[in-house]
Amino acid sequence: MTTTPTSNEVDRPYPPIAWLTTSALGLIIIGGVLLASYAPRRAPLAVAVALLVAGAVCLITAWAMLSRLKVFSWPTFTKVFKWALLAYVIEAGVIEFAFVRDHTRGSSLLIVSLMLVIFATSVPSTIAFTVARYAEVTP
Amino acid sequence: MTDTVDVAAHTAPPGPPGLRPKIAVVPLRGLPFSALALAIVVVGIATNWKWLLMFSHVVGGAMWTALDLFVGLVLGPIMGRMSIPARAEFASKFMPAMVIIMPTVVTMNLGAGFQVARFIGNLSPSNPNHAWLIGSFCVVGLMAVIALGVLEPANIAVIFEMNKPVPNGARIERLMKRFIYTAGITGILQVATLVIMTRLTSR
Repeated sequence: MTTTPTSNEVDRPYPPIAWLTTSALGLIIIGGVLLASYAPRRAPLAVAVALLVAGAVCLITAWAMLSRLKVFSWPTFTKVFKWALLAYVIEAGVIEFAFVRDHTRGSSLLIVSLMLVIFATSVPSTIAFTVARYAEVTP
Repeated sequence: MTDTVDVAAHTAPPGPPGLRPKIAVVPLRGLPFSALALAIVVVGIATNWKWLLMFSHVVGGAMWTALDLFVGLVLGPIMGRMSIPARAEFASKFMPAMVIIMPTVVTMNLGAGFQVARFIGNLSPSNPNHAWLIGSFCVVGLMAVIALGVLEPANIAVIFEMNKPVPNGARIERLMKRFIYTAGITGILQVATLVIMTRLTSR
């Protein structure tokens, strides 16, 4: 018996999108650990910026790959992404608030904020992609 | 293909496809508790109230550690030995609860924990506990990547798969295994956290 690519019985092959979004998260977490381990001193910002840029590249590459998918359940992705984004924006907000309360200012705060933006978007991207890749696609 | 359909029939929540109740991905009843927990952390950070921060850190950490150890090292192996319908029935109740509980206890623990470290001076490089603290950051970072990048997406994907009219049983099995194995890894990493935290408080 044959199955169509949109059927729920087959796992459609996809580019390594979840690997890339999770790598972005990993790089950002390494950067966060680096910044936190130096607090309240000033961390070596060059390393933190390099990790931030590498994380951003991973995430943007993942989104570029996502945007080129033809057989994909975009309604499922959008629905899950929206709700997960809401949850992780709240979580990132709590972390940002803690850094602001701890008097993190200037370029350190900017790097932390950008890292939190990647954190708050990479996790929802991973969750939404993992769910949508198995969702049935309406032809 | 026949195997897949057969397993699907066993793995789906009980009842014919049309009559099966939908599983709530996010149990709305749990949201007020989650909001309250986050509010406690925010108030603790905003007011620099040491007791409230310590309370959030200890409660969040104790729940996180206990859950990871219990799910990874006790519940996981038990679930592996359950019949497929029993496992499906259990997972349909258990997985949505984890969607609310885990992010809440992790935020309570980490959000308050950093402030506690600052308060009691462990963040200072001259503090003898500093190296242990950095060690705990690394362990927590690794757990966060595993939990947020692998475990939680698998958890939510299982619930969505179970809600389909004809779930793919083989896929649910695979995602559940991923959930249980990663919970086991984070459970083992929690042992390292316990060692570090007890070292920190006993010096």
